[in-house]
Amino acid sequence: MKRSIAMLALLLAGCGEVDQVKQGSAVNRSDEPAYKGARTAQVAKGWTPGDKAAWDKQVRERGQLQNEYVKTNR
Amino acid sequence: MARMKFICDTERCIECNACATACKNENEVPWGVNRRRVVTLNDGIVGQEKSVSVACMHCSDAPCMAVCPVDCFYRTEEGVVLHNKDACIGCGYCSYACPFGAPQFPSNGTFGLRGKMDKCTFCAGGPEENGSKEEFEKYGRNRLAEGKLPACAEMCSTKALLGGDGDVVADIFRTRVVARGKGSEVWGWGTAYGKPEAKS
Repeated sequence: MKRSIAMLALLLAGCGEVDQVKQGSAVNRSDEPAYKGARTAQVAKGWTPGDKAAWDKQVRERGQLQNEYVKTNR
Repeated sequence: MARMKFICDTERCIECNACATACKNENEVPWGVNRRRVVTLNDGIVGQEKSVSVACMHCSDAPCMAVCPVDCFYRTEEGVVLHNKDACIGCGYCSYACPFGAPQFPSNGTFGLRGKMDKCTFCAGGPEENGSKEEFEKYGRNRLAEGKLPACAEMCSTKALLGGDGDVVADIFRTRVVARGKGSEVWGWGTAYGKPEAKS
């Protein structure tokens, strides 16, 4: 009797379905914003990690380094 | 908040491939995967040859994000489209959807099975801790968190490739077009970021 119950449970286990509904925790999207800074020695000088406004300013100023019209006489 | 965008000025690109090399070096991109590449049109035809540096444009309405069956893509506060390699199943749907051919798939293992998708991250890493070893190994350097811009754009010798805040790069490009009086067409801009809405 016990054996047949165990066999039945084993067979029925194959009929089950793994829950495939996406859970919030299953998707790793807890990305830190860039303005929080990186814990590396390569962080550029001139801004304070964690300061959103300082990061914005830093990125805008660095972007202007691509503008040679501000470096040369036209 | 800055909204990150790329512009490639086809009047300036000289097909030197420094952008592709900088990307490979900075992010230690594996053999066979090219997050950025240079495409040349009308090669050899005098006066008509144009080169353009292509990678993920971090679209405003990203088609890769729309088709992903496991929903592994996300957009950061700065408008950078990133993905989670832990969730990616390497199905390749994103590569069919992308108008720029950005998603790349490394060959894994003895039989060269298709691995998890890899693409340009705008040098913004991924969902791992900023600047961590795990982030670097999966996604490459996180230069944005270091207060820097993508290596490809910063390394560009002719400054054909511009990367950074959309307003800043658009202003730089506008200044150039006015100064030279031609070449106002921005390749891929409309596809990636849409046409400017008509003001009423």
